[in-house]
Amino acid sequence: MDLRFTPEENAFREEVRAFFRNALPETIRHKMIMGHHPSKDDLVTWSRILNAKGWAVPHWPVEHGGTGWSPVQQYIFRDELQQAPAPEPLAFGVSMVGPVIYTFGSEEQKRRFLPRIANLDDWWCQGFSEPGSGSDLASLKTTAKRDGDTYVINGQKTWTTLAQHADWIFCLARTDMAAKKQEGISFILIDMKTPGITVRPIQTIDGGLEVNEVFFDDVRVPVENLVGQENKGWDYAKFLLGNERVGIARIGISKARLKRIRELASLERIGEVPLIQTPRFREKLAAVEIELKALEMTQLRVVAAESRRERGKPDPASSILKIKGSEIQQATTELLLEVVGPYALPYQEEPDEGWNEPPIGPDWAGAAAPTYFNWRKISIYGGSNEIQKNIIAKAILGL
Amino acid sequence: MDFDLTEEQRLLKDSVDRLLADRYDFDQRRSYQKAEEGWSREIWAQYAELGLLGLPFTEEQGGFGGGPVETMIVMEAFGRALALEPYLATVVLGGGALRHGGSAEQQARFIPAIVEGSHTLALAHTERQSRYDLFDVATTARRDGSAYVLDGEKGVVLQGDSADTILVTARTAGSRRDKDGIGLFLVDAKAAGLSRRGYPTQDGMRAAEISLQGVTVGPESVIGDPEGALPLVERIVDEGMAALCAEAVGAMHEMHALTVDYLKTRKQFGVTIGSFQVLQHRAVEMFVMLEQARSMAMLATMMVEEPDAAERARAIAAAKVQIGRSGRFVGQQAVQLHGGVGVTMEYKVGHYFKRATMIDTQFGDADHHLGRVAEAGSLIAA
Repeated sequence: MDLRFTPEENAFREEVRAFFRNALPETIRHKMIMGHHPSKDDLVTWSRILNAKGWAVPHWPVEHGGTGWSPVQQYIFRDELQQAPAPEPLAFGVSMVGPVIYTFGSEEQKRRFLPRIANLDDWWCQGFSEPGSGSDLASLKTTAKRDGDTYVINGQKTWTTLAQHADWIFCLARTDMAAKKQEGISFILIDMKTPGITVRPIQTIDGGLEVNEVFFDDVRVPVENLVGQENKGWDYAKFLLGNERVGIARIGISKARLKRIRELASLERIGEVPLIQTPRFREKLAAVEIELKALEMTQLRVVAAESRRERGKPDPASSILKIKGSEIQQATTELLLEVVGPYALPYQEEPDEGWNEPPIGPDWAGAAAPTYFNWRKISIYGGSNEIQKNIIAKAILGL
Repeated sequence: MDFDLTEEQRLLKDSVDRLLADRYDFDQRRSYQKAEEGWSREIWAQYAELGLLGLPFTEEQGGFGGGPVETMIVMEAFGRALALEPYLATVVLGGGALRHGGSAEQQARFIPAIVEGSHTLALAHTERQSRYDLFDVATTARRDGSAYVLDGEKGVVLQGDSADTILVTARTAGSRRDKDGIGLFLVDAKAAGLSRRGYPTQDGMRAAEISLQGVTVGPESVIGDPEGALPLVERIVDEGMAALCAEAVGAMHEMHALTVDYLKTRKQFGVTIGSFQVLQHRAVEMFVMLEQARSMAMLATMMVEEPDAAERARAIAAAKVQIGRSGRFVGQQAVQLHGGVGVTMEYKVGHYFKRATMIDTQFGDADHHLGRVAEAGSLIAA
């Protein structure tokens, strides 16, 4: 047992860090530090920088553009990316539909979609949740009825993140109405420009426009857009959700935020005393840092075990990462809210390009409350923390 | 980055686990507890035979050259068995003082006897007023020619009633809370002027109040710098805490396993109570706390050999915070989920709960160490 990184791994970290330092555009870095949302253009720009370097999809198999890095290197890369802080490549493409396509898709689908995912030529969104199907995803009602060479899709998806930018959506839809609920579902790729698709935004409590409802009204999709076999979509969805949990602890993001909180708490003063010097705040911060340190060690245990496990079989312990990772991320938003104090109150639009209005209060205060409100989502999406507990109870504890 | 045990470490783990499985079930433990010393000399001899008592010492010293990982393996197994023997006091703390601060002569005098199981040690650092501050030392060591005369009261000395030699912190210079002017002395438990009052502890082990009245020790009894032993004491206590973290993980692991078993077998309302989601989720929360504690015990183990003393201290303090918090949660929930049987002496789980609770009070509880971590600045590497 040697829990230190090897000299090679440390050198790799330096290389990655140096690349991010030089290659990440300053305007994007600034938005990230401020807690603002990178725009669609920002994400496209950044994804193409990564892709040009060959680092857009490091976790993919080498033949599809992956880097062949060890799990530890993958971890270091993600950690440094998040701490840069740089935007993460669009997960719906690179972490969700990409792996499903290269694992279960046809050769034609691999050729057609994978390079465009890596370069963010196609913006993907996820069509899983429905108004009546959240945690009980398999109860979904959207249908895909075969009509010659096409499927005819009818139904409604919801919580569709960034669908307003999307070129494609991957959907779970019911192809066998008579089968048991998990067994009649198929995984279908749909061009968002197809007639019959309507996107309606849902505003979240922070005022943001991230999520949407997507309506399908007799949307005709060619059968070659089915992934894998008809009625096997549930298996592919489980595979996808398992992959989703691996990176979900987002430890680097919490590291970057705690660093930022420490900086800001040195600027804010109570009388003459910087907030960071007050024992109560300092201990609250230390308590979160300890939890994060413990989670990082847990993550590394999962990563180390990953290299010995079959590909595509996620460790059930990764559910721990989701639960603790989301709790810690949310704790950082609470701390930031506390640092900001009274200037958390003003509601301000996020500054756009060319925005000249001076901010109300300190320029870093505006995002504190919206982020706190928005990040309540983290313990809800990707399988709520309560669902994660069900998974651990069943898969690990045998209850 | 490697979390695997080596072949030798796996063999060590297997043999310790086997010995404890054979010789340390709950009833056997109770019988060992009844001995006057509160632990089993026979088992101690078996530890010696397995090489556990010589584990951290080098081969030249008569030991087996094990490192912190080996100690972690043994302590975790002891935590699962609730072992009573003075391993922490003798091998980890006392042995640590000899390894890191002892002269060649002191090492030659004590280590072979420790390794063969004929000599035990105890560390007397706590005083009534000191709480967890290692530097708060009122006991004095007055120079008298080449000798020292020790006067003072030491408290809650773990396994102090049965130890053959007591390692005593005493002030050679300065005032009570000065960091300089502290010495560490090897004191024969039978020395004139030393008296002890042994007693059982809440978790079924033994400790002692030790009174020193004009106890004279020779220059050969001074470990390291007689006026500058605090860094040594801090180092061995850090090692002791890392070992305690591993022991606590062993105890938490058992509490969680017992609880999950109970949920699978106990029936109420015609079903096993493990079918109730509220109890499933509680068991998962225990599991998360256990695994977070395990991760931090591993970190503490790794940091034992960190050359930068401040880095070492901060990481091990952080681990102690996690252990304290996890221990409290896992312990309380294990008792709760067992219902009435959880609060009885005759069932195991309550004894683990007591041990985990008392580990928090040894060398500083979660709040004490949280304060230290907070003062030390960011724990998160830049």
